[in-house]
Amino acid sequence: MYRKEKSIQLKSSSAALYNNLSVLRLPGRQLACFSAVHGPSVNVVSSAADGLGFSHRQLQAKEGGMAVSTSVLTQAAWCVLPSRVLLVLTSQKGIQMYESDGSIMVYWHALDVTEHPPGQAVFARGIAAAGGHFICVGTSSGLVLVFDIPPKGTNITVSEVLEQHRDAITDIAAELGQASDGAGDLVTADDAGALCVWSTGEEFTLLSKIPAFGCTCSSVKLWNGVVAAGYGNGQIRLYEAATGLLRAEVNAHARWIYALDLAPETGKLLSGAEDSFVHVWKLSRNPDTDDVEIEHCHAECVTDTQVCGARFCDPEGNSFAVTGYDLSEIFRYGRV
Amino acid sequence: MSARTLPLLFLNLGGEMLYILDQRLRAQSIPGEKARKDEWTDVDRKRVMNDIITTMFNKKFMEELFKPQELYSKKALRTVYDRLAHASIMRLNQASMDKLYDLMTMAFKYQVLLCPRPKDILLVTFNHLDAIKDFICDSPGILNQVDETFRQLIETYSCLSAGEFQLIRQTLLIFFQDMHIRVSIFLKDKVQNSNGRFVLPISGPVPWGTEVPGLIRVFNHNGDEVKRTEFTTDGNYVTPQREGSFDLYGDRVLKLGTNMYSVSRPVETHMSGSSKNLASHAKENIVPNPLAKEEMNFLARLLGVLEVKTPGGSETGFRLNLFTTDEEEEHAALTRPEELSYKVINIEATQEPGRRAELSRILGELEVAEPRPATSGKGEDLLALMDGL
Repeated sequence: MYRKEKSIQLKSSSAALYNNLSVLRLPGRQLACFSAVHGPSVNVVSSAADGLGFSHRQLQAKEGGMAVSTSVLTQAAWCVLPSRVLLVLTSQKGIQMYESDGSIMVYWHALDVTEHPPGQAVFARGIAAAGGHFICVGTSSGLVLVFDIPPKGTNITVSEVLEQHRDAITDIAAELGQASDGAGDLVTADDAGALCVWSTGEEFTLLSKIPAFGCTCSSVKLWNGVVAAGYGNGQIRLYEAATGLLRAEVNAHARWIYALDLAPETGKLLSGAEDSFVHVWKLSRNPDTDDVEIEHCHAECVTDTQVCGARFCDPEGNSFAVTGYDLSEIFRYGRV
Repeated sequence: MSARTLPLLFLNLGGEMLYILDQRLRAQSIPGEKARKDEWTDVDRKRVMNDIITTMFNKKFMEELFKPQELYSKKALRTVYDRLAHASIMRLNQASMDKLYDLMTMAFKYQVLLCPRPKDILLVTFNHLDAIKDFICDSPGILNQVDETFRQLIETYSCLSAGEFQLIRQTLLIFFQDMHIRVSIFLKDKVQNSNGRFVLPISGPVPWGTEVPGLIRVFNHNGDEVKRTEFTTDGNYVTPQREGSFDLYGDRVLKLGTNMYSVSRPVETHMSGSSKNLASHAKENIVPNPLAKEEMNFLARLLGVLEVKTPGGSETGFRLNLFTTDEEEEHAALTRPEELSYKVINIEATQEPGRRAELSRILGELEVAEPRPATSGKGEDLLALMDGL
């Protein structure tokens, strides 16, 4: 169903971090950009306008103030807002926001170390664009920072801090399709496995909480009112965003899931895990029973690789890209 | 990232080091009566193992280790093992020390990568400690020290969540990133490919707490299961039998971290074939290390506590060769690829009391200074000073 295509070479290898691949497609321009965190730096690759080559850029984690120790990046992701696209980097020191090509840093937010108990790891992680002009970023203390992004310029401010999680944030996702009224348009996930569904706006409102069941939720997606969550025990679970009700449970992987992605035009779901497998699933809603359904479409074994990032490269899910720990390339697959 | 990684890194690498030294000492030992003055005997071997283990599990040293802190560079850590390996009458040349460190790190990288659950890294650590206790089973004093550390591990790590263990694992994997040294015993067992990358099996028992992949269950709005479907893959997984024990004593079940060397499976390495991507390696050695000052402080605290036995009186240091012949060792030293050089800080000179005092004084001066742009220069000067010793 999918076959392997030409890989993209990276300047350095990818780190074993959750959701370690971001893909930017600028519609109508035939340009695709990929980013994968190496550790203290991130690789940003853009396909050239003529589609023949790639240009590479490496961005470094900002040290921050007087500190002498090096910092490690935890995630890099493009945030597509109606007015602009920003490349957001999270690290042990704070949050860096760049213009989409990584050329200029437009904003730096340092994490407040005093907020964390001594001896605990301090970092930012979990990035999503939401509500038209916000970018949400999570922290290791469970906070979600909501940044208000102006249409242009550097006057970015913290509009709100959401304090519902007690464990480190792992991932944040905005509604990719159409949610019914009251279903919420943002979901946040944490290390304990708890999920929160929010309604965005000048003030964010908590709509429902999905309790943890003992496993970390490392990756989460929201589509047409359905939350898709990937867990440390290899399971994918689907919930109703509005009520928090469990609708499906898949024993998907033999190891910790590291990445989920969703193709909004078709409801295709992509999952990647430490077990070397990448799976493609199809989400749908039964019009009669209103049950959420999920079927397995394709399994891809990325030999001897612990997958750490997986993304669809188009909104229908006809192609996807994969990164793995210690690998200096991005694998690509396309539908036959 | 995780501030609780260092004890696990140190103890597991230390465990691998002991496995390797034990095997090499056995391979090179001569029966007591027949041995010449410069040859190893069984008694010498036991003494070396005892000395190193005593030094490793020194109470003050463990205290420093268990303090929450970030991981330091491979260079700084290597310096500690250099000192540890010389805690007894044994001496290692640079080439043998390099090889020892390569083997230690690749072995632990393999174990971390293949751990079924992140929490299983603790079981790997316990496997190493169980074996260490076996090495010194005749010495109740040292046994006590090791048990103390065991208890401290249980106390520190038992209450960590799976997510926190995964963070520790991710921190370790970043530390080991881009290391692809080929190890003969791994190549032979087909757990490592000829390109230096480890084989990740897609069969066998799933981790404890994970279900065998394949089942899809769908629920209606009342929470009742309304449909079951199955999917298949190339993977061939089974349910695990039982969980390993996290107590002071018990069956760990997991084999990772147990001694893979024996008389019939000796220690060897291939030195060829490093990572094709040299950019990241080169960067670590060329870019002026802003961590120098903190690393120096860390080393001073740790090494200041490590008591190193100097060979006194008529005893001379016994040299251990990690290669089969002296010529091989010399050749390895000359042909070691540049990108794999550890650029070790030579601190052997610090065994002399006079030099140690000087080191303390220099480090003391560093501690007093407030962070200023100039201090990074001071850190570099110290490194240069030590290289010259």
